[in-house]
Parts: sequence; structure tokens; C-alpha cells
Amino acid sequence: MRFGIVVFPGTWSDTDCHHAVNGVLGQEAGYIWHKETLLSGYDCIVLPGGFSYGDYLRPGAMAGLSPIMDAVKDFADSGGLVIGICNGFQILCESGLLPGALLRNKHLEYRCQWTNLRTERVDTPFTLACEPGQVLKVPVSHGEGNYYADAATLDHLESEGLVLFRYCEPSGEVTPRANPNGAARNIAGIVNAQGNVLGMMPHPERCCEEILGSVDGSLLFQSIVESVK
Amino acid sequence: MPVTQEQLDEIALTRAEYDLIVDRLDREPNPVELGMFGALWSEHCAYKHSAPLLRLLPSRSPHVLSRQGAENAGAVDLGDGLVAVFKVESHNHPSAVEPLQGAATGVGGIVRDILAMGARPVALLNSLRFGPLDDPANRHLFQGVVGGISWYGNCIGVPDVAGEIYFDPCYSQNPLVNAMCVGLVEREKLATASAGAQGNVLLLVGSGTGRDGIHGASGLASRTFEEDQELRPTVQVGNPFLEKVLIEACLEALGTGWVRGIQDLGAAGLTSASIESAARAGRGVILDVSRIPRRERDMTSYEVMLSESQERMLLIVPPEGVPHVREVFEKWDVACTEIGFVTAEPEATVVDGAQTVASVPVTHLANPPRYRLKGSPSPDYQERQRLSLSDVTLEGLHPETVLLSLLASGNIASREPVFRRYDHQVQTNTVEGPGSDAAVLRLKGTDATRAMELWNGEEGEERGGPRNWAGNGGNGPKTGRWGRDTMEKAIALSIDGNGRYCYLDPYHGGQIAVAEVCRNLSCSGATPVALTDCLNFGDPGRPDVYYQLEWCVRGMAYACRALGVPVVSGNVSLYNESMGQAIFPTPIVGGLGIIEDVNKRVGSAFPSEGMVVALIGDYINRPRASDLAGSEYLQVIHGKLAGRPVIVAEYERRLQALCRRAIEERLVASAHDCSDGGLAIALAESCIRGGVGFSSSVNWPARWDAALFGERQSRIVVSLPQSAWPDLERLVAESGIPARRLGTTGGDRFRLGRLLDLSLAEVASAWHHGLEDTVRGGGQDLEEGL
Repeated sequence: MRFGIVVFPGTWSDTDCHHAVNGVLGQEAGYIWHKETLLSGYDCIVLPGGFSYGDYLRPGAMAGLSPIMDAVKDFADSGGLVIGICNGFQILCESGLLPGALLRNKHLEYRCQWTNLRTERVDTPFTLACEPGQVLKVPVSHGEGNYYADAATLDHLESEGLVLFRYCEPSGEVTPRANPNGAARNIAGIVNAQGNVLGMMPHPERCCEEILGSVDGSLLFQSIVESVK
Repeated sequence: MPVTQEQLDEIALTRAEYDLIVDRLDREPNPVELGMFGALWSEHCAYKHSAPLLRLLPSRSPHVLSRQGAENAGAVDLGDGLVAVFKVESHNHPSAVEPLQGAATGVGGIVRDILAMGARPVALLNSLRFGPLDDPANRHLFQGVVGGISWYGNCIGVPDVAGEIYFDPCYSQNPLVNAMCVGLVEREKLATASAGAQGNVLLLVGSGTGRDGIHGASGLASRTFEEDQELRPTVQVGNPFLEKVLIEACLEALGTGWVRGIQDLGAAGLTSASIESAARAGRGVILDVSRIPRRERDMTSYEVMLSESQERMLLIVPPEGVPHVREVFEKWDVACTEIGFVTAEPEATVVDGAQTVASVPVTHLANPPRYRLKGSPSPDYQERQRLSLSDVTLEGLHPETVLLSLLASGNIASREPVFRRYDHQVQTNTVEGPGSDAAVLRLKGTDATRAMELWNGEEGEERGGPRNWAGNGGNGPKTGRWGRDTMEKAIALSIDGNGRYCYLDPYHGGQIAVAEVCRNLSCSGATPVALTDCLNFGDPGRPDVYYQLEWCVRGMAYACRALGVPVVSGNVSLYNESMGQAIFPTPIVGGLGIIEDVNKRVGSAFPSEGMVVALIGDYINRPRASDLAGSEYLQVIHGKLAGRPVIVAEYERRLQALCRRAIEERLVASAHDCSDGGLAIALAESCIRGGVGFSSSVNWPARWDAALFGERQSRIVVSLPQSAWPDLERLVAESGIPARRLGTTGGDRFRLGRLLDLSLAEVASAWHHGLEDTVRGGGQDLEEGL
């Protein structure tokens, strides 16, 4: 399969994502410059982390208006897989592909640290290689990853099973202590109603090799590969 | 019209230097020309007072590809066609005035130095010094500096992998902010900062030019200051987003093959960038200031030439290459302007449209006067060194309370509250991050074996994948996993310095600075290859300060020769004083080492229960006063700064070789340098990081303070399986360095014979929370707030 990795000015996880899917998993991958308007020949689009447009205005706000985003919306509408990581999650929220917003971390600090994620569903294209409730060790690195939505939206996400990952203890228990940024209901990642668009703050591309401290991130990419087969 | 003293003061030139300029030009310089001289002849650019000393440092080795001072950063060959480029630089004075922007632009500046070598920046390190945090002014500086490094470094996607922070009253109002950057480039793509052939076009790329930072080099960085408010406009303002885009655009432009030279605009801005490039090529330049994009109105030629606006680079391109290079910058939406060209005549000419505003021979500008000053120790120098063990009473002290106090002290407590604010993982090369003795970065693409699939579909089956001491994977997925067996090469990086030691004894202190950074690298398993240094000192015009500078450099040079490592780049920051008090002489040394196989590395954490813990190097059985010299123990517990630290460089060399060999032969599972706080602190840190207890049955000497908390040099704590002990003993015997078993890991207590028995949780809590409370960013505590 072929991954398409979108590059905005200020994106910095593009090469990390490329290394994870191509260098480690051996899948094809190409970069897509944000000024392009067509997407063809890709099975999954990755919106990587970084500081697109320097996070000026709001994280993801400017990138959400980049020429490529219309094509990404069309791609998602036609059922294509889209994964937004960190800044990519912020862009998905800003462009309306996912509900809610990412606020400044509650403690007001940037945080780069390992977190544990409880996998809430394994019947999505992003998690089918995981076990139900499996705890994944994946790092975060952001200043604005505090997921927020109004109570009705949160309830809707919960009732529809759209929360895919929650920050938790290594045991899987969801506690305030395990929450690195103050996110509502410990939400680390959500999918859209169709289940083909995932936004998550943690960085799975940073943990696909033993040498980096965890290989749990590769389960996500492997799930995508399996689901496209 | 003769120049006034006021004009000379503004650019920090002396009357004698002015007379020299008049003599060389055979006329009075006009104001623009004088400004150019002031900038290029500033201490910051010209090393007027330090150059003769810097020549004492060895700068060559078979690995070294650059000539010291000839390029923007040092370059060393890593093999496999790869070159590492690195340098450390200070941004002390701007950070004192405006900490957030000062630190941020310090990071930005050093990154562009690396970019100017054609290299991709792959790692940042930093060394910081502040006054004690109980003073709100110091807290303001601390928060600003850490915030600035976090803001800028995180945004540009370069991991901040290692660093150090110390507190002492001498740094109040004059914090030290030293930033180091490491870049990687393929050997044949190493760039130069030379102007090349006549007719080459000068392209200014990046940010518009404003009035920020004018006189930054001559004013802020080259003299002392007491009233800082009025200097605020001389601090530059950073735009990390533009820096990130500039990095990508410049690397892509270099990839076109049309760039003949590249130079960053740092101190003294366009003046130094263009003239240094021209001087390297033995040519001249013509610059037209009217073409330079500005972000402020009515700027004079003088202001444009001396502006230190950030995020600008100068590219030197032959005329036929300009369209190709321009195309790259258009793609990235970065300004790219032809501002002049290279001339055969070695004259620096500045025009404003049709009018010539400055015309000076390049050699006059590029050859500043050099001064060899004379130093002498301060009158109380010998008094400081006087210390006997009988001056240090053990009365009323208990080893447990001393240990806990030291663990929680500002200079020893966990730095996690700081480094968790820096992205240390981006680029996915960091295999040992901050908190280890040295950071370790694997080099992608150097692995001998191909990526391979290790997919185990069966539940409960033994997983494939490499085994090593340090990386123990995630939480163990229930189904299969992908892995990859690698034998990649790695680089280890560390930065270190100890102003207290240098204050007490500059010669030994300078040696220790070099020895310690190399020891950190050796503790990770790396062979030290090259160093970079930043010399932070007071006003060299004072004999005692010059004495410190000279003897620190001599000590560093001696240790470099003994350990076989050259200094390939560096920076000097003088005039670090406020209210008439000089800072401690603080040479900061950054080091780079190579690990041939990344799997043969160790961290500082004890990896598991049941490991033998041993000390290689001297076990302090018969304490000496020098063991306590300048120690954290003496400072924190007794409020004393005294003694004479010593080191024997040849012994250090053998110790480090022993440590590296033990790691290479996979005998030891962890290695940790005994430094601040001595042996007991090193043991506690290895326990805390490994989450495992330790018990020692050693019969400690009566002077337990020296044995546990003395900072005698050349000692490393290692852990190893019992089965490896005979092999280690064999290596130890061959090396002539002593080793001593101290105890065994295990349990949840931290026990040192009859002296000390604490729960590991209590020990860990003291260490974890030492800095935590003072550095909290002001937000809500999550544990309580949710």
C-alpha cells in the first residue's frame, strides 16, 4: 500500500512518519506538498506533527485552509483513510473533519513524555491489530493537546464509540494522573462517525522500533496496512 | 571631523584602535565604516583578547575535517560517508536583558551556524547557569530562558537531547545561556562559507531586516553593563517558524548544486557575513543596501549593515545558478534577494543605489588587533584553596539527612521538570535522551543489516527483536509486533562545565571540564572524538580574570592532549559580570563521541535486580581534603567554597578506556559518572532511574562524608551480572585502574552499610521534587486540578 504524507511549512514529523511506514514497515510512502490540489494513488493520508505556519493564529488554523485540504476532505468523504498526528489532529479539528478543539495544556507547559494509551476499540482500520483494551506506550510532544468539546459533543463521542484512545496508567486504568495535558475525559484520539479519519495527539511514528523505547506505534500502522489489503 | 569618545563607546572601540583604523585607511572612516570596524573588531567577532590563548588548544586529529575558526562550526568524519558538524555558542548578555528572546535567538543562531556548513541540524544541547531561584529576579530569568529554548527548539523540530543547569549566586543578573547544535551532512556535501569566484551573486534569504540587535556584538556581548533596561532594543526577536522553513529551503537550495558558499547572519549581521565570506576567498564585495528588504521605515545604511535581525542567511551563487536557487525559495515562500556580488578587488564597498556609503579594504576589516594581556591571581587566591578535613566537622550530621538534602538541592535534583518541556525525540534518532550521562543518537542508514520483518502472529509466542540492556520496549502487545534488527552506528553527545572547580583552581578546573565531558561520553560506551567549547569569563582587562582565562585554557589544552581529543569549534563570552563582580570562570565543554554499534551502549540506570555494583577508579578509603574541594556537599551542608580540586589526566585516560572496553565487551549493564554529590549521589541516581534498590555491605571509613559525598575525579559506578565479574576483574588488572565491589541491586531500600538505610521511594521523592516546585510553569497541577 501507499501512504501519502502531507508537508506544510513548519511540519516536522513528515520524515519520522516516512521512516516508520517505509523504513521500518517497508510500505511505499510519498510526500505531498501542501500547495498541491490533487491526491491520487494513495491508500492512506498522514497529516504529520509539527508547527504548521508556526501555529500562528491557532495551531492548525492556517494549515486547515491550505490548498491540499480540500483534496484531503474529498479523500476522506470517499472513505479514504486519514490519520492526523499531533498538529495533524489540530488541523483535522480546524478543518471540520473532526469535532472539538485542542486547547493549551492545562499546566501551560509544553510536554514531551511517554504516555500510556488505552485502546477503546479494535474494530477500526487503525486498531485492528490491537487487543481490546490493549495499553500502548506512545509519547506525546505538544503544548496544545488539551482536547476540548462541549458536553453534548463529548457524550455523543462516547455513545457512538468514537473515542479511540484514552490516556491511562500502565495498568489500563484511566486516572487524572495519567492525563498529560488536561484533555476532557482523558481523550487522546478520536475517529469520525465513519471510522476512517483518526486524530490523535500522541506520536505513533516515534515508537515503531525497540531501540526507541517502544514498538507499540507500529500496531497502528500495521492495522492500516492490514485493513487496506 | 574627529570622532568623539561617545561615538567610540557606542561601538566599544578604544581610541588607540580608532587611530589604527585611521592609520590603515590613511583617512578618517565615515560613520558607516566606523560601525563596520566596531562590529568586526568587537570581542565577540574578533576574539581580540582570547585568540592567542585559543591557539593553545589542539584542533587537529585524523577525524577532523575543518580548521578551527576557519568555518562556522567544526566538522568531524564519522565514517560511512557521514560528517558531524557542531559548535556551542553563548547568548548570555541578550538573555540577561530579555530571557525568553535571548535564549530563543541563541538557539536560532547556533542552528544557522550548523546550517551554514550544509548540515541538517539533528540535536540541540544547552548549558545554563542562574542565580538561586529563591530570588524572584532569578526565577524570571530561569523561566524565560527555559521557555525560550522550549519555544524555539520545539518549533523547529530539532530535538533537545542533553543539557545541564547549575545555580550559584555569582550568576545572579548574569545568567549563562550556552547553546550547542549538532548537524549531519554527507561528506561530499559539506558546504563552505567562502565567497568563491568574482562575479558570484550574493543572495540574502529569509527575514526582512529591522533595527533589532544593532550593536549586539559590540555592545551587549563585548562589555559589561549595569543598567540593562536601555539595552533592550539591542536584543533580537526570534521567529522559529521562519527558521524551520529557512532550514528546509537552504538545504533544498544546497541540493541544487548551485550554491558556492553559505553563511549565516549572526553577530554584526550583514557586515560580518559578507566580509568574512569575502576574506576567506581573498576577494571583495559590493553590496547595495537599497535592495535589502526591510521591516522598518527610514533605516539608514548604518542600521541596515549592522542589524542583527534573525533568520537570515547569505548564499553565494554564480549568476547562471540564481534562477534555480530562487525557484527553491519561491516554493517555500521565503524572500530571496540579490543584494550584491563578489569582486576581484579585495575591497568591501557598500552602496545605497548610486551613492557609495562605505569602501574599505577587506583585509583591514578582517584583521583586528590582538592583545596578549597579563594575568595574575587575585590576592585571596591561595586563601581560597586552603582546606583541611579538620575544618569540616561531622558533628550533628547524619548521612541520611545529608543524602536527602543533596538529592533535593538545586544543582543535583532531577532536571525532568525542565527537559520534559523540550522535544527530545523528534527525528526519531534519540535512543538515550536527557538525564543520561550522554545522549545517544543512532545514525539512520548506517545499519549493516536490512530492515526485516519480525512478525509473530501467535499469541504468547516468544517475541523476536533485538535484546539490549537499555531499550526494553513497551508494555508488550498481546499479538505480534514489528521489529528490526539493527547494527546502526551512533553518536553520543554531552555538555559539561563546573565553575566552582575553575574558580578554586583554573588549571585543574579546566582539565576537569574536558575530562568530565569525555567521561560522560565514555559512560555511554562512546569513544570521544572531538570537543567544542564556550569560555564564559569576566572582564579580561582585570588581571585576576585574565589569569583564570589563561590557566583554564592551559588546563583544557593539557587534558585534550592527554585524552587525545581536539577542540574543533568554540566561542568566547567575556565581560560576564554585574555590579563589579565577575562570574566564576566557567568553561563549558561540549563533546561528541562515536559508538560503532548502537546496541553496545549503556545508560546510567541500574537495569534490574541482582546486579553487582562496582566502582571503577579510586574508592575513597583514606580521604583527602581535595576530595571535598568545591563539592556540592561542602557548599550545601557547610556553606563553604574552598579547597583545591585535582585530577590526573593520564589516570583519567586509562579509566575511560577501561569503561569503554567493559561496555564494548558487554560486561557492564550500566555506567554512571561520579560527579556532583559524589559516590552516594551517583548510586542513588542509578537506583532511581532504574527503579531498583541497592544494598551495600561496605565498611565505610570514619570520614564517611568524603567517601560518600566527596567529588574525587576519575570514578565511575557500573553494574554487571555476577557472571561478568571475573571478566571485569581481568580488564581491571590489565588497566591498572582499581575496581571495588560495593554491593548488589534489589529490593526497595537504599542501604549503605551501617550508615544509611532509606526507602527508595523517599530517596526518589527528594530527587524528583527538588526542582519541581520552583520551576512549575504557573498552570494548574493536574493531579489536584482534575
